[in-house]
Amino acid sequence: MKRAFPILAVLTAALLSYALYEALVAAPTEQTMGNVQRIFYYHVPSAWTAFLFFFINFVCSIQYLVRRDPVADKVTNWAVIVIAVAACIAPFIIRPLPAGIEPSSVATTGIAIAGLYFLIKKYFPAGKTDALAVASAEVGVVFCTVVLVTGPLWARPVWGIWWTWDVRLTSTLVLWLIYISYLMLRRFSTSTETPALAAALAIFGALDVPLVYFSIWIFRTQHPQPVIGGGGSIDPRMLHVLLINWLAFLCFAALICWSRYRLEILQREVEETQALEALLEPRSSR
Amino acid sequence: MNFLYAAYTATWIIHITYLVILARRYKRLRSEIEQLKKK
Repeated sequence: MKRAFPILAVLTAALLSYALYEALVAAPTEQTMGNVQRIFYYHVPSAWTAFLFFFINFVCSIQYLVRRDPVADKVTNWAVIVIAVAACIAPFIIRPLPAGIEPSSVATTGIAIAGLYFLIKKYFPAGKTDALAVASAEVGVVFCTVVLVTGPLWARPVWGIWWTWDVRLTSTLVLWLIYISYLMLRRFSTSTETPALAAALAIFGALDVPLVYFSIWIFRTQHPQPVIGGGGSIDPRMLHVLLINWLAFLCFAALICWSRYRLEILQREVEETQALEALLEPRSSR
Repeated sequence: MNFLYAAYTATWIIHITYLVILARRYKRLRSEIEQLKKK
């Protein structure tokens, strides 16, 4: 990974440049909103990326807590498998599904959740899931900040106001505040129990993600309705640009998350060495 | 059009600021490692 990093960074930069060109030049201009609609190509992919990284943080936090106890670990493994199987069966049992929800998307989500859980478990040892949790939370907060900044910049010319306290906007702000408090806890608490406390906070915080995502499906909000699923529609050329931008942001987020993860691991090693040195110093001075 | 450019510029300012913060943390950590090696 160390050798591939510069190559991946160059490829990501190229992809981000191409995505920017597609968003500003190639994408068709929306008829009612005009050019300001192009903010959508940064706003929506940033939101999806933030949700994904908060979900990674959620999975890592669960694993940090359960992998300390073999029984809890086994129970959680089976619970994840049950969730995946239930997601595949549910669309056949619950009929009709809520408007806009496709049976295939329910099944895919269930399988993706289980896949991500076991992928993290396979590639990250128990002691390192906590480091990945910190890294993913930080990246999620960066992208959530982009969402909260670009949203009002779109709303001002379209709605005539910068902000309104509707469910989608308020729950997104709450989500951002929860993860800011998570990062503050990690940064300033020196207790040995901090990772466990932070993991518990992250699990509760992640419960806000479905509320943010489904708020525009469940509640009547000022925020536009979903363009993908939920009965929404989008011009195929716009969808193409949206997905290109999401791919570019995903690659970028994965790279910075990896860098942050490596930094966290290195920092912990340095702190351990410093602590050992501090223990040994009095003896050597005698 | 101004709002569009403001949104795109703000996005990149946020990302670049985070990258600079990461780079500074790496730099600080590297100097700590160097100090440990000297001991």
